[in-house]
Amino acid sequence: MLDAPWIIPLLPLLAFAANGLAGRRNPPWTGWVSTLAILGSFVATVVLWIQSTGSDKDSSVLYTWVASGGFDIEIAFLTDALTVVMLLVVTGVSTLVSMYAVGYMDHDANKPRFFTWIPLFVFSMIMLVISDNLLQLFIFWEMVGLCSYLLIGYWYERDSANAAATKAFLVNRIGDFGFAIGIILAFHEFGTLRYREIFDGLGAADPRMVTAIACLLFIGAMGKSAQFPLHVWLPDAMEGPTPVSALIHAATMVTAGVYLVARLNPVYSAAPEALLLVAAVGTFTAFLAATIALTQTDIKRVLAYSTVSQLGLMFLAAGAGAYTVAIFHLATHAFFKALLFLGSGSVIHAMNDEQDMRQMGGLRSKLPVTYATFILGGLALAAIFPLAGFWSKDEILALTHLKATSDPGSSLSTDHGAGIFWVFYFTGLAVSVMTAFYTFRMIVKTFHGKPRNAELHAHAHESPRVMTLPLIVLAAGAVLAGAVLGIPPEHGIIHGYLKYAAGIVHLEGAGPPATLVLALISTVAAGGGLLLALGAYSRGMGIPALARRLLPGAETLFRQKWYMDHIGDGFGVAFTKATAMISWGFDAGVIDGIVNGVGHLSRFTAGQVRRLQTGQAQNYALLMVVGLVLTVGSLVLFR
Amino acid sequence: MMLNGFLVVGALLFALGATGVLIRRNAIVMLMCIELMLQGANVTLAAFSRYLDDQAGFVLVVFSLTVAAAEVAIGLAILVALSRVYPVVNVDQLDSLSG
Repeated sequence: MLDAPWIIPLLPLLAFAANGLAGRRNPPWTGWVSTLAILGSFVATVVLWIQSTGSDKDSSVLYTWVASGGFDIEIAFLTDALTVVMLLVVTGVSTLVSMYAVGYMDHDANKPRFFTWIPLFVFSMIMLVISDNLLQLFIFWEMVGLCSYLLIGYWYERDSANAAATKAFLVNRIGDFGFAIGIILAFHEFGTLRYREIFDGLGAADPRMVTAIACLLFIGAMGKSAQFPLHVWLPDAMEGPTPVSALIHAATMVTAGVYLVARLNPVYSAAPEALLLVAAVGTFTAFLAATIALTQTDIKRVLAYSTVSQLGLMFLAAGAGAYTVAIFHLATHAFFKALLFLGSGSVIHAMNDEQDMRQMGGLRSKLPVTYATFILGGLALAAIFPLAGFWSKDEILALTHLKATSDPGSSLSTDHGAGIFWVFYFTGLAVSVMTAFYTFRMIVKTFHGKPRNAELHAHAHESPRVMTLPLIVLAAGAVLAGAVLGIPPEHGIIHGYLKYAAGIVHLEGAGPPATLVLALISTVAAGGGLLLALGAYSRGMGIPALARRLLPGAETLFRQKWYMDHIGDGFGVAFTKATAMISWGFDAGVIDGIVNGVGHLSRFTAGQVRRLQTGQAQNYALLMVVGLVLTVGSLVLFR
Repeated sequence: MMLNGFLVVGALLFALGATGVLIRRNAIVMLMCIELMLQGANVTLAAFSRYLDDQAGFVLVVFSLTVAAAEVAIGLAILVALSRVYPVVNVDQLDSLSG
């Protein structure tokens, strides 16, 4: 292992301090400080990866933070295989995004603030994944949430940005509430918060308690990873600058929930009901978000709902017990989704901050590099062979299918029968079709056809090299990552490496023939969706009209995001308002009544007692004499 | 025994002074009555000192006289200052501290 893993979080922390302290005059170097610091972390992570065995014994304590009887909390670095994979993804993508942002944020007057929060986020994210206990994880879980809030609201002069930042923060509070209770229960049950000791204590723990802990921690994951019904904040988070959307709201922070489930996989494996909940929520979210993505017109919102949908698939994988595959999809998704977001940022930059796809079109010739990389990212997202998304998403579907067909009583089967996993499998297939469809709808509307806004189109220009270079690197990742890491399926590099991580049990696939058939099915699904989109939007076939006729009302439902925001406003906000009114009444009536009552009592008593104070010196003297006589008299009499 | 006589005189002086403080309205007379109370105490101290053959009592009398002198000086100064602000004669009219 790397002798000094603390260097990985230290570099971004220094960049945060440098940019935060020295950036007031907007010097030109803040972006490069951030980029180079994160690049340094990435290099250190690569060294760590090369030297690491991946075993969960690789844990080093930085210092003991709290030592109080049986409760001691350390700031510690656990560098097992899972952490190393996450660190590679986080620091790698962060480096590219930070570099891209140097170009993207070039004209922004407040960019030192941007390049202060970005390294702070990277630092927090590194500390989150490197933690060896739940409390350290929770602290930095909140820290990345804070950075997310600050960066969503980066353009604070916009009302919508402020509202989106607040919404993200508040929705995450709901998840964190469950998370915090889960941690407290875990401490109550296991007497420790260290992962390894929790895993050791699982055998003796009450199974119902383990299920409760797993479910509560999953609520936290739902908030952070935008799973139904806490997904509503992520699309609004697109108010932040596009590099932020790429880094925090696609590639890294939102995957923290998936990481949490994978990290605590022995806990979840010991709680099959919780695992089923994970799979069900993931599947439903994947479906819901994919349907919404079909109808959105804002290019970033399509990508945002796509992210929610892909996160749902990761949870489906985790819920099926295939934690390795969940992390695999997390890694490939980080590449191609960051690429797509940065590509959309390049488009938005070229279109003078226009995000509506109805104003775009025909940008292919104007933005050749962006177009080429965007296509590759889109193909990877649509899971077309042999790009990155294919390998990971196919494995998710294959393992879901495996769960569905496994014999009852075998080690793979859940107590609840395999039937539900058939539902998950076919929903996953439907999501595949829709993913390919909305991805290519977006590509066609943005880059093909005739320009819909001639004025904007005329001014469009390719982004500077500092922005296109990250696109090219990410595109290489989107093309190659899946094949390099994932061939042969289920026995690739990443599977072999992750086996060393704490508690991960590798699920064996069904074997080559069945896997091949499944791969064929999902390729047909993805390809079908792709061709449908091309037919509908490039050839002008009446597929959308046909769909409208077949499923009346569906489009409105999707476009209104399944009315989730309305439900949220109607229920959440109305409920909150009612609670606030009741609380206010209680406060004004009872609390204020008690406080004012004490005051009135004091005034009344004082009004009575003050009459003793005549202001006559002789009265006081008389009382003194009376007191003296009584004292002396009692001494004499009762001696 | 001689002691009782001295003690009676001391007690009478003290009671006389206390009564004067309580019933007289004139501030200067009240000050003089306070002196009377002090002298009553001094008589008692001197009597006991002699009776017990302990010189500490006389020493205390000398202290007491010194303090009494200082007290009168301060008391008269207060009265002079007071009469400039409140041109009244009787202390019962000085009730601005009334609650």
